[in-house]
Amino acid sequence: MKNGGVIDVKGLTKRFGAKTVVDHFDLAVPRGAIYGFLGPNGSGKTTTIRMVCGLLKPDEGAGQVLGFDVLKESASIKERVGYMTQRFSLYEDLSIRENLEFIARLYSLDHVRDRVDASLKSLGLADRAWQLAGTLSGGWKQRLALAACMIHGPELLLLDEPTAGVDPKARRDFWDAIRDYAAEGVTTLVSTHYMDEAVQCDRIAFIAFGKKLIDSKTADIPGAIGLSAWRIEADDLDQATKILKAAGGYDVLARFGAAIHLAGRDDNALAGAVRSIGGLAGLEAEPIEAGLEEAFIYLMAGAADNYANGIERRVG
Amino acid sequence: MLSLSRIRAVFLKELVQMRRDRPTFAIMIMVPIMQLTLFGFAIDTDPRHLPTAVELRDDGPLTRSLLASMRQSDYFEIVAQVATDEEGEALLRSGEVSYLVVIPENFERDFVRGERPQILIAADATDPVAAAGPIAAANEIARRAFAPELDRLPARLRGGAAPIDVVIHRQYNPAGETSMNIVPGLLGIILTMTLIMITSIALTREVERGTIETLLSTPVRAGEIMIGKTTPYILVGVIQTLIVLLAARIVFHIPFIGDPAPFLLALLLFIFTNLMLGYLISTIARTQMQAMQMTFFIFLPSILLSGFMFPFAAMPVWAQAIGEALPITHFLRVVREVMLKGAGFAEIRNDIWPIALILTVLALAALARFRQTLD
Ligand SMILES: Nc1ncnc2c1ncn2[C@@H]1O[C@H](COP(=O)(O)OP(=O)(O)OP(=O)(O)O)[C@@H](O)[C@H]1O
Ligand SMILES: [Mg+2]
Repeated sequence: MKNGGVIDVKGLTKRFGAKTVVDHFDLAVPRGAIYGFLGPNGSGKTTTIRMVCGLLKPDEGAGQVLGFDVLKESASIKERVGYMTQRFSLYEDLSIRENLEFIARLYSLDHVRDRVDASLKSLGLADRAWQLAGTLSGGWKQRLALAACMIHGPELLLLDEPTAGVDPKARRDFWDAIRDYAAEGVTTLVSTHYMDEAVQCDRIAFIAFGKKLIDSKTADIPGAIGLSAWRIEADDLDQATKILKAAGGYDVLARFGAAIHLAGRDDNALAGAVRSIGGLAGLEAEPIEAGLEEAFIYLMAGAADNYANGIERRVG
Repeated sequence: MLSLSRIRAVFLKELVQMRRDRPTFAIMIMVPIMQLTLFGFAIDTDPRHLPTAVELRDDGPLTRSLLASMRQSDYFEIVAQVATDEEGEALLRSGEVSYLVVIPENFERDFVRGERPQILIAADATDPVAAAGPIAAANEIARRAFAPELDRLPARLRGGAAPIDVVIHRQYNPAGETSMNIVPGLLGIILTMTLIMITSIALTREVERGTIETLLSTPVRAGEIMIGKTTPYILVGVIQTLIVLLAARIVFHIPFIGDPAPFLLALLLFIFTNLMLGYLISTIARTQMQAMQMTFFIFLPSILLSGFMFPFAAMPVWAQAIGEALPITHFLRVVREVMLKGAGFAEIRNDIWPIALILTVLALAALARFRQTLD
C-alpha cells in the first residue's frame, strides 16, 4: 500500500448543481488511526464519506483507498469497507437476524449463520434476533447498523454519526470497541457532533462549507486555532455570566462545574471582558492554557459566525 | 461476473419482504379472482333466444323437423324467413338477427342418399361471446332433429359420420373469437397489470426508505439486484395463472387442449418480461407514485392494442405496430393457440422469440439505467 495510507485522496470535489458541497478536499488517513470528522450541519461530512466509499462520484480529485483507485475500483473498495450510514438504512421489515444474514451474504461470506450468531452475541442482540428492525429503539438500531457494517471484517470503517441517539453507556462501549478494532489495525473514519467523542480521535479534520479548515493531531487543535483562555470563579456565576454576555469580546463561554471558562482568539478583547466583571464578590480569574473542550466549543459554535475566513487565514 | 450467492441473498430478502407485506400479497391473489368475477358477470356465457332468420331453399319433413328442433332449443328464435341471400345478409348486417340459417337446395334428397348435405349458419360474431354458445349447440340440435329420421335410413348410413355437415360462417370477426378467448385474454391482462406494478416499486421503495444506501455500499452488482429482485415474483405470476386456469376450467368450462410444455415456456417468459418491465420502470421512477403512473401508462395499450379488446387484424397499421411491441400481444396469441387449438412449440415459435427479444431489450435497458451510485 502506497505510503501506508489507508485513505489517500487529493482535491476531492463534489458539486450538486451550482453548489460546491465538498471543495478540493485532501485526506490522508494512516492505518489503524481513528480519524474524526467534525463540522456543522451541511458542511459536507456525509458527502465526503460517500465519495470515499464509492457511493458518490467525485467531480474532481483522485487518490486511493486501501490501495485501490477511488474513481475506478470502487467494487474492490466496497468489499473491504464497512459503511454505517447517518440515517438508519437497514430493512425495517426484516428481523435483526435477517438483516445481518442478508448483508453477510452480499459479502459472499461463508458460515453466515455462525458469523451472524457471533455478531449478535458480541453486540448483545442475541435475544432480540427475531425482532423486526423497525420496532427497535433508536439506540438499538444504531447497534444493529454497526454490527451490519462490521460483519465482513472490514479494513476500513466509515461511520457517519454512529452514536446519534445512543445512551452514554452504549456510547462508551461503542468507543471501546472502536479502539479495540484500531489496535487490530482497523482504520476508522468517524463523523460526530459530540465533543467527548472527538477527544477520543487520534486526528481530527474540521470541515465547514465543504472546505477542510483544520487537520491536525487532536491534542494540537487548540494551538492550531490560537485560543487564549481564562478560568473564572465567583460567588454568583449566573451574575458573572450575565455581565460577560453583555460585555462581549470573547468567543467561548462555558461552565465547567464551579467555574466559567472564557476563551477567545483576541487576547486584548478577552482581557477586556474579564475586566468587566471586576467588582464581583469572590472573584478569582486566572489565564489558563486553552484545552480541547474550549477548542471544540469554539469550532462548533463558530458555525454561525463568520469564522471560516478567520481560521483559514491563520491555519490554512 | 455475477455472483450466485449475492443473487440468492437478494432473492431470499425479497421473498421475506413479500411474505411480510400481506396486503400486497393479498391484492396479487385477489386481482385475478375479482377480474374473473367481474368479467364472469359481464359475459353472458349462455345467451338464449337469439333472433334468427331462415332461408329455405328446400322444404320437407326433415326441414320442418330441424326448424322445430331449433325453436325448442332456447338458443334460436326464428323471427324471419327470407327468400334470398341478399335479404338475409341485410338483416344480419343491420343487427336485426344474429343468425342466418340456410337450408340448401335438394337438402331432403341428399340427406336420404346419405350425401351429408350442408347446412350453413352465418353468425354475427362481432360479439364473440354471444356467438359461441349457439354455435356449439347447432350440431347437437341438428343431431337431435334428425335422430328419428335417421332410424328410418338404411343401416349403412346410420353409424359413422354425422348425416349432415353444419358449416358455420362467423362474419365480421373472421378470426373466430369465441367466449373462450376472453378468459385466456384475461390471464394476460391480469399478469401484465399486477406483475409490472409489483416490480415497478422494487428500487423506488429502496430509494424512498433510504435502504438503497446500504445496498449500494456492499459489493452487490446491478445485474444481481435485478435478477434477485424480479425472480421471486415469478412465483406470484404462477399462482395467479393457476387461479385463472382453474376458474377457466371449473366456472367457464374452457378446456385446455394443448400441451402444457409450450404454454409453460411462454408463460414463464411472459411473466419474467412483465417483471422486467416493472423493474425498468423502477430504475426511472423517483417515487412510488410515479412508478404507479408509469405502470398505468403501459397498461392502457396492453388492454387496447393487444388484441384483447379489439380484433388485432381489424386495427390500423400503426396500432398493430405498437401491439407487436407489447409482450402481451404475443402471449395472448400463444395462449389461444395452445389452450384452445392445441398448438405445439413449432406453431408458437413466431410469438416466443418476440417475447424473448423484448425481455432482453428490457433487461439491457434496466442495467443501463441502474445507478450504481447515489448521484
Ligand atoms: N443529493 C444531494 N443533492 C443536492 N444537495 C445535496 C445532496 N446531498 C447533500 N446535499 C447538500 O450538500 C451539503 C452537504 O451535505 P452533507 O450531508 O454532506 O452534510 P453533513 O456535513 O453530513 O451534515 P450533517 O451534519 O447535517 O449530517 C448540504 O448543503 C446538503 O444540502
Ligand atoms: Mg451528515
